[in-house]
Amino acid sequence: MLKEKYKNSKLYYLEHELLGKYTVTFFGIFLIILTICLVTFIATKGLATFFNNHYSPIEFLFSTVWKPDRGVSKGGPAIGTLIFIVGSVSVSLLALIISTPLSVSIAIFMTEISPKLGKKLLQPAIEVFTGIPSVVYGWVGLSVLVPLIRANFGGLGFSLLAGSLVLSIMIFPTIASVSADAIRAISRDYYEASLSIGATRWQTIWKIILPSAMPGILTGVVLGLARAFGEALAVQMVLGNTIRIPHSIVDSTVNMTSIITMDMGNTAMGTVWNNALWSMALLLLIMSFLFIILIHKIGKKGVSK
Amino acid sequence: MNKLIKSITLSMVLAISLTAALAGCGTKNETDTGSDISGSVTAVGSSALQPLAEKAAQMFMDKNKDANIQVQGGGSGTGLKQVSEGGADIGNSDVYAAEKLPEDKAKALVDHKVCVVGFATVVNPKIKVDNLTKQQLIDIFSGKITNWKDVGGDDMKVVIINRPSSSGTRATFKKYALDGAEEAEGKALTEDQSGTVKKAVAETDGAISYLALSYIDKSVKTLKYEGVEATVENITSGKYPIWSYEHMYTKGKPTGAVKAFIDYMTSSDFTSSISEMGYIPNSDMKISRDK
Amino acid sequence: MLKSKTADRLATVVLYIIASGIILLLLSFVGYLLYQGRERLNLHFIISSPVFMKEGGGIGPQLFNSLYIVFLSMIITVPIGLAAGVYLSEYSKPGKVTDIIRFCIEALASLPSIVIGLFGLLVFVSMTGWGYTLFSGALAVAVLNLPVITRISEDAIRNVPDTVKEASLAMGATHWQTIYKVIIPTALPALVTGLIMTSGRVFGEAAALLYTAGMSSPNLNFDDWNPFHIRSPLNPFRPAETLAVYIWKVNSEGLAPDARQIADGASAILIIFVFIFNIVSRFLGRVLSTKFAGRKN
Repeated sequence: MLKEKYKNSKLYYLEHELLGKYTVTFFGIFLIILTICLVTFIATKGLATFFNNHYSPIEFLFSTVWKPDRGVSKGGPAIGTLIFIVGSVSVSLLALIISTPLSVSIAIFMTEISPKLGKKLLQPAIEVFTGIPSVVYGWVGLSVLVPLIRANFGGLGFSLLAGSLVLSIMIFPTIASVSADAIRAISRDYYEASLSIGATRWQTIWKIILPSAMPGILTGVVLGLARAFGEALAVQMVLGNTIRIPHSIVDSTVNMTSIITMDMGNTAMGTVWNNALWSMALLLLIMSFLFIILIHKIGKKGVSK
Repeated sequence: MNKLIKSITLSMVLAISLTAALAGCGTKNETDTGSDISGSVTAVGSSALQPLAEKAAQMFMDKNKDANIQVQGGGSGTGLKQVSEGGADIGNSDVYAAEKLPEDKAKALVDHKVCVVGFATVVNPKIKVDNLTKQQLIDIFSGKITNWKDVGGDDMKVVIINRPSSSGTRATFKKYALDGAEEAEGKALTEDQSGTVKKAVAETDGAISYLALSYIDKSVKTLKYEGVEATVENITSGKYPIWSYEHMYTKGKPTGAVKAFIDYMTSSDFTSSISEMGYIPNSDMKISRDK
Repeated sequence: MLKSKTADRLATVVLYIIASGIILLLLSFVGYLLYQGRERLNLHFIISSPVFMKEGGGIGPQLFNSLYIVFLSMIITVPIGLAAGVYLSEYSKPGKVTDIIRFCIEALASLPSIVIGLFGLLVFVSMTGWGYTLFSGALAVAVLNLPVITRISEDAIRNVPDTVKEASLAMGATHWQTIYKVIIPTALPALVTGLIMTSGRVFGEAAALLYTAGMSSPNLNFDDWNPFHIRSPLNPFRPAETLAVYIWKVNSEGLAPDARQIADGASAILIIFVFIFNIVSRFLGRVLSTKFAGRKN
């Protein structure tokens, strides 16, 4: 009797339901708090360049003059980061161009051509590729890829091409697995219907499956782009880090993450130079937010279709 | 099953409270067991000085069981910043503090020159040149000379491999080898790591760069500067100018374990280790610089 | 029709070639690493400490640090990630808050790890005054991993069949009791698999650790297991260079004559560990699911 009473009491409900519910709710909200903290900290550091040192954001974004160590007599430090931005964008885009066709082909293979091989061989392979640390990618790139490019394409080997190739292998698992999920999500009825009216398997894939899976595939591509954009160590080892706009793919160049890793430790916090690096970190953060928004836009389009 | 979850949860809670407790007790464990040297010292900064400082810490701790010296890298800028803000006891730096910090902050730091490090111009082994004059070197690094045949070598393009502009090695080389001449921008490869520089010079035809003496091995060729070889003897006698001091900065006068450790670094007990690792002890220097 | 048939065959052949190409690439990549590091794949290299300026140094402390950081960061992330996953899959209602949380998870997941490392430098290293410590590193990695673990937990819990949940509720259990006693145990195999996979990734993280856990490893006394002693390997408030960071450092400051071999050997070991994590997670997942499936039916 008492037990029954307790079971229906408010206390019991509090102990066995609300306590748990509020705890997990708090941790859900905690993710928001953490994100806000992260953004606030990076933003305060990153905006100091513009608010404390009074540099104009326009100069920061669109000038190619990067002389953070220039003496006051010569006009003081100049912190135009356009070269780094162009470097980041070009190396990531080139990686996408190399990686996307391959990744999507693998996704098609895993889902439509041979699911058995896909499950047995390719899925584990993708997982291993994901698990390989970026330092190892960089190390192999430096030991194998750079000499190869030097021997076959001329130039110094340290190049945009080397950076992009390393990145394309690194982002391939992301694009392939997201695309494969998107293709799997397409209803099999489409597929059956298409085959029943006499279309070949390839026609079905090309005309029916790929177009319907396009939003999902694009999401994978943007995720891959985001990853390529933020990768630091592997790219820095093979890019050459020459501060200039590259004229060809065998030219060496530099990107945002490289200059941050190279200079962050050697400059003292609070100096213009160091602040400019933080501003670049903030820019990276803003870029990854933009990528997320882009993915949402693509997703919405897919739904409205 | 419930038991499993319960025990997992319990162990997690325990582990979290343990780390929290540890966090509470902080890092400065000033243990006093009666020996004259005890306590914690953290030295942060220059990666060029790090191996030597680590070695010294190791030997120092073998002698003084109650002392605890922690050496960390992170770069000269980080070291100077940390010591100036009290985040570290010692800031290791390749350059004078005034070059990295605002003047008022640099003034509050005390400089201890612990050793000397020499740098040499290195080139790809296939290059036939053995010697470069100061002017030739300046012309190469500022981009005026772009082919080895102009300095007496074969017809081969010059490939400059530089260090990032924030690097202490680059600052030293620019100051003493190039007379402060502005290097050409956007022509050189930049590698921020001695290991990568060495690899790139060894593998790239026509490559030229500079390395601390401690990193030089058979895979690269060392050049004379103004006809003088980059040897320890030539540096100590003042014939060869491309060298710099490695600094340990403290905020104000050092005391206790910090002082003992810095004293040990420059003591005769440690001299042989300094030489062994490719650095040059202060006591060997017949000349000195104050800037 | 013939034309489209030919196209179909051609496409199939091309896709087969690409797939085998990828497998081949992976095999040669891993093969190259193992071959290059073959001379170092011995116990001595794995357990001994690095030595200065001489040949024959090992990677013992670094390997230990890597494992310890994985362990610590998991202790921090798993409860939080699991709780957030439970909230998202069981309690959250569609609306603004849930949308914002989802956006935050995605944003955190897409942040470059170097940015997280810099955040760690600012908050865990400088503001707390701890300096470079293993704990700062674990926290930075925890931030990096939180979105992943949350997603894994949410998916695992969502995949629990509704029948299981309904049966429990019908017995008069509250929603929370159902989650705690039925849903999480059922989701456990998927959870464990996901978590170990993620551990493998933490194991190779370097960029976020350069500025948080530091690039040096103090002398460790492996006979002293009191976590409060400064030279004990278990002390989380000491700088700790992990294996991946060590590869980076050997490349940059390696004074040992065999630096190249050390980097090769360490890379090989790193890869082997990634494999081990993968195999263990699959194996455990399988064992757990048969165990629970056996119990459920």
